[in-house]
Amino acid sequence: MTTPWTLICKQEDLVEGAGVAAMVSGEQVAIFYVPESEQRVFAISNWDPIGKANVLSRGLVAHLQEQWVVASPLYKQHFVLASGQCLEEDIKISHWQAKLEGGDVFIAAHL
Amino acid sequence: MTSTVSFLTAKPHLIVIGNGMVGHHFVEQMIAQGGHDAFHISVFGEEPYLAYDRVHLSEYFTGKGAADLAMTDGSLYDTHGVRYFTGCLVIKIDRDAKQVMLQNGESLAYDKLVLATGSYPFVPPIPGHKRDNTFVYRTLDDLDAIRTCAKQVTRGTVVGGGLLGLEAANALKNLGLETSVVEFAPRLMPVQLDEKGGAVLKEMIEGLGVKVYTDTATKDIVDGENAFHRMNFADGSHLETDLILFSAGIRPQDALAHQSGLTVGERGGISVNNHCQTSDDDIYAIGECALWNNRIFGLVAPGYAMAKSAAGHLLADFLGLAGVTFTGADMSTKLKLLGCDVGSVGDAHAQSQGCKVFVYQDEISQSYRKMVVSEDGKKLLGAVLVGDNSYYDTLLQYYLNAIDLPEQAQALILPAMEGAPVGLGVDALPATASICSCHNVSKQDISDAVCNGALSVGDVKGVTKAATGCGGCAALLKKVVDNALLALGVEVSTDLCEHFAYTRQDLYNLVKIGEIKTFNELLKTHGKGHGCEICKPAVGSILASVWNDYVLKKEHISLQDTNDRFLANMQKDGTYSIVPRIPGGEITPDRLIVLGQVAKEYGLYTKVTGGQRIDLFGATLSQLPEIWEKLIAAGFETGQAYGKSLRTVKSCVGSTWCRYGVNDSMKMAIDLENRYKGLRSPHKIKFAVSGCTRECAEAQSKDIGVIATEGGWNLYVCGNGGMKPRHGDLFAKDLDDETLVKYIDRVLMFYTKTADRLQRTSVWMDGLEGGLDYLKEVVINDKLGLCAELEARMQHVVDTFQCEWKTTLQDPEALKTFRQFVNYEGSDSNVVFVEERNQMRPATESEKQQLIAKVG
Repeated sequence: MTTPWTLICKQEDLVEGAGVAAMVSGEQVAIFYVPESEQRVFAISNWDPIGKANVLSRGLVAHLQEQWVVASPLYKQHFVLASGQCLEEDIKISHWQAKLEGGDVFIAAHL
Repeated sequence: MTSTVSFLTAKPHLIVIGNGMVGHHFVEQMIAQGGHDAFHISVFGEEPYLAYDRVHLSEYFTGKGAADLAMTDGSLYDTHGVRYFTGCLVIKIDRDAKQVMLQNGESLAYDKLVLATGSYPFVPPIPGHKRDNTFVYRTLDDLDAIRTCAKQVTRGTVVGGGLLGLEAANALKNLGLETSVVEFAPRLMPVQLDEKGGAVLKEMIEGLGVKVYTDTATKDIVDGENAFHRMNFADGSHLETDLILFSAGIRPQDALAHQSGLTVGERGGISVNNHCQTSDDDIYAIGECALWNNRIFGLVAPGYAMAKSAAGHLLADFLGLAGVTFTGADMSTKLKLLGCDVGSVGDAHAQSQGCKVFVYQDEISQSYRKMVVSEDGKKLLGAVLVGDNSYYDTLLQYYLNAIDLPEQAQALILPAMEGAPVGLGVDALPATASICSCHNVSKQDISDAVCNGALSVGDVKGVTKAATGCGGCAALLKKVVDNALLALGVEVSTDLCEHFAYTRQDLYNLVKIGEIKTFNELLKTHGKGHGCEICKPAVGSILASVWNDYVLKKEHISLQDTNDRFLANMQKDGTYSIVPRIPGGEITPDRLIVLGQVAKEYGLYTKVTGGQRIDLFGATLSQLPEIWEKLIAAGFETGQAYGKSLRTVKSCVGSTWCRYGVNDSMKMAIDLENRYKGLRSPHKIKFAVSGCTRECAEAQSKDIGVIATEGGWNLYVCGNGGMKPRHGDLFAKDLDDETLVKYIDRVLMFYTKTADRLQRTSVWMDGLEGGLDYLKEVVINDKLGLCAELEARMQHVVDTFQCEWKTTLQDPEALKTFRQFVNYEGSDSNVVFVEERNQMRPATESEKQQLIAKVG
């Protein structure tokens, strides 16, 4: 089965080592570009369920305990970019498969 | 009129006469052991204030108020039902009737009585000693009187060159007087120092501009020719001076003991036994009024030990256990007098039988050290230190714990040479070693506290009270706590985070010395892994402090916390607030109108901030550049409210408008704000400038506070409002504009260079070894030879200032990051406002649901 990829933006729309927000079928998605990582791009929900605002794309990217995470800009909880798992609370947010191909950024349906 | 007050309940009545440090400590000890349940406790103090910290009395002249020095605001007493009466003198004890009589004629019955009446200053009966403008140095009221007098005169003289005399001389010097010290003995500090030590100290103090007359007896004091007084000396010479301060020792305040027939010593002092009981079993005496084994103890630590033993004895029945007895106390001391280190341990005068002495003297850097050891050379019996107290802690521990001296014991007072063993490791101290003598806390007490969950110095202080008396043991305490943590297997890490095994200060130096310009370069050369939200902004800030690059450069952008990355302050709903710079809070009507127009156009909630600026709330990410374009066109600059950097310089209008202003605080505030506005620092920095001592700008609660004086500017440093308020320390007085700026340059850069991440100046100062005096040494006397570099670094920051918003608006790459969505032009539907008091604010969760329900 082929994954239905959606084109989101160009690679130059991304910010190296940080996130941007995108709107995908009415949902806010935070897309992170981490060139040092294997996957290079990650997509998780932009919604911070603890701070209750759409801000995760504006958090700081960190590498903790061998995982790429983002620290929420509101109250600093960490969310794993590859899984949406929160490190401090038993909360998991939506995440998407994402890829960078030929200068284009794609995400797939919910994982 | 005489009346008798008594209680209806059956609890015995305990009266405490005297509410100085020791009297207060006694009450604390009673309360800590539940003594307020065993006794009705009443406390009488002669002074109008409750107990205050007399050890730090001189700080009353350097900015601390009575409230700062207070040891209690009375709430401890109130909470535990302890009645207290200030300004209330007890004039008589009737031991037969077991009553005390107050000055107002009232009598009170007691069951037990504690005398903590302290001491009074001895004034030698020199003819003329009662003239006007003569003072003693004991109470806050004394200090008020001295301050008032000092304002009108130029010369001051202290009679007495002991510990308190030199402390008083320092105070007179700080009050701006030409200061002299007259000592009857052949040397300064005759009790603590030997002849050579006294001579070195004299030389050091004279080097600071204080005239010292030793071996000098004053014959009489008469009218002066050029000054208020003339002191005629026994050798025929004389000294003219306007103010005389007697500090020639203390005498026990034992008047009540004499009056009531208690046994007193030949030379005064109320005789007590090991429980601090006087010759009347129901009456105790503690502190400087008490004579134990024919000795008076004029230090606070022995007084506290007496308080503890008296409380223990009084409560022995109630608690069913015998308290500790008082069996004498160590009188070793270390102090800083007029900026000179002086230390004295044990038998400083080498009077022990058969003892041997090591002496080290350095006439170039002016220091003197002596060790007195036992005949066999194995034990330390005493020591004298002048000029450098860093040797004190180790020597004291050898002495107090009778630890065998190492071979080559003289190394303990020799300057540290490369490769030589230094000091005594904390490990070598026995468990009984006394770490804090004020509160009698041993190494074991500290280890126990750590084992019971106090995992930081702050926690241990809270539990044991160690280092909360004179504070002299703070550095040693930290070592003992770290050692105890290590023993528990808790790693004591000063690493910034898992990516850098360095402190912020180390990283600052690495960046500077290695000329490192990017985070990745630093990570590659000195770190590991990929960085995190701790090290990235910290390094971003260091890079900005040192090189002052544009923070949104491609290689720096991912280091910035959201506020720095978008140059605005994120609010709870993800929108931002905008604070343009309004230097000194001065704004033209035209600019004020622009702010109003912009706020109106974008529907921004508008509020005046505490820092005399205007904050516009509710801008979305994509509105930020548009709004800034308008603000910059009107001449505004970024206010950097988002950065760990200079926020505002608050000000009053000063001499330009105000009837009381003595200098142009407005202009100074604007100049300072414009000078330091670009500086990235470990945490935010706030300034204020007041135009006179009325202090309308509240400068003493700021990181940097400047107050206009008749002679220029007084500079206060490291104050804080907020969560943990701290009064700024008076750093220097009567500065001209140029020196003021020079000192601020140096203080701020030294802070930026040495503080931890997110450490405000107040916390930095509290943790700075050597404290205010050390900072003065570094900044005023250039102790570290750093001043030129610090100034040059600041000048670089000043010269390379750029308005980050202006740069951003000219950079299409940077502007791109301000889009709300990369693929969609709409806005965030979760940002919902409602109106309140004619402005908008974010809707609450329930308001949002209602609004959605309506729309639905």
